[in-house]
Amino acid sequence: MKPAPFDYVRPASIAEACAILSEAGGGATVIAGGQTLMPLLNLRMSQPFILVDINGIAELKGVSRAGGATRIGPATRQAEALRDATLARQLPALVTALGHVGHYQTRNRGTVGGSIALGEPAAEMPATAVALGAEIEIASVRGRRSVKAEEFYLGPYMTVLEPDELVTGITYPDWPEGHVVLFREVAQRPGDFALVGMVGALALEGGSIARAGIAWFGMGPVPVRARQAEAALLGTGLGDIDADAVAALAVADTAPFDDHHASAEYRRTVGKRIFARTLREALDIRSVA
Amino acid sequence: MSEHRIDITVNGRRHTATVEARASLGEFLREGLGYTGTHLACEHGVCGACTVRVDGVAVRSCLMLAVQADGCEITTVEGLAAPDGTLHRVQQALQDNFGLQCGFCTPGVAITLAAVLDDDPAATAQDMEAAMSGHVCRCTGYQGIRRAIRQLAGEAV
Repeated sequence: MKPAPFDYVRPASIAEACAILSEAGGGATVIAGGQTLMPLLNLRMSQPFILVDINGIAELKGVSRAGGATRIGPATRQAEALRDATLARQLPALVTALGHVGHYQTRNRGTVGGSIALGEPAAEMPATAVALGAEIEIASVRGRRSVKAEEFYLGPYMTVLEPDELVTGITYPDWPEGHVVLFREVAQRPGDFALVGMVGALALEGGSIARAGIAWFGMGPVPVRARQAEAALLGTGLGDIDADAVAALAVADTAPFDDHHASAEYRRTVGKRIFARTLREALDIRSVA
Repeated sequence: MSEHRIDITVNGRRHTATVEARASLGEFLREGLGYTGTHLACEHGVCGACTVRVDGVAVRSCLMLAVQADGCEITTVEGLAAPDGTLHRVQQALQDNFGLQCGFCTPGVAITLAAVLDDDPAATAQDMEAAMSGHVCRCTGYQGIRRAIRQLAGEAV
């Protein structure tokens, strides 16, 4: 057996899970799909005293609609979300991004909320939540709160979640029907974490851009919202968009790092190119240059 | 360190056992029940050799705890062939096309292909190849596996 010893509990409700997390005083870790946690346990990089399995909590699963928004239960499997008709209709950007999360075998077990709560900066789900303006619902014995995805991430694998807190839902506001999906990533192999990637949505109204939400992954310690690019796009007519200039603004908001896969300079260079190309293809506009 | 009584069905046969919380499903299948066809290699979710079906769905057995499989139906590579020894068509295609070299990755590859084809009998070669991104063949025998996939998709090999 590779992991250090731990106790295993499988609560049946959010209240029960929160009580266990509270009593454990920081010694407990939540397992959902386990597709990242199990490797960390096997490598003994994570050594909890108690493993809290949330797979038996029915209220944490499934997709629902409420008040102009779509809500995903955090323990919903990625493979189920990928096949979900509501998500396909309401959140095509999310579904596109999901197809790039891990592999066929890991999507069968990995969950949407697990990826969001983990906070891997090169992962697709956190950046998608930031781009689409999602809110993360959180519960503990101290009460419930809701945090904007953009404010949820503090650093690589670091979030505002306290040790006694549990993610209980992710709510994505509606985007108008027929909105434009932006997605592209560069990875060494399919299923690998992206070296650089971007995801977002654009809503058009009367030939110009009425709403924009775009975020990078693999371009900093957290998912990075392309604020300057969004501002430049808002209100602009489709014929007046200079894709290269907007891409340069988008890259200006990033803080990529060097690692053994790619340099920060590579990420900026490739990021700018994929951003411009994705924008141009999505809007079917020609480069002003 | 908790221990748990679990009840699981492997290849149609029911087993009851007591497992330590930290035992992975893959380890339990091999060491606890003797289904050594499931191969454990990297044990951190990269190689795909340990892939089994849990309630029909292909998952990495190193990334799931045995206790989490309580009440589940598992299919390992030993459960693919018919009781009379007739190979599953995925196994037959791999054999016909030299889709294995040392054979270490093969149980996982066969389980994934069987799951993809059960989910969608009309799966294309492209669908099957996409699912293969989750498997590593250290012999680099990928071309044989791709030929087997083309045969399974009814394409010219």
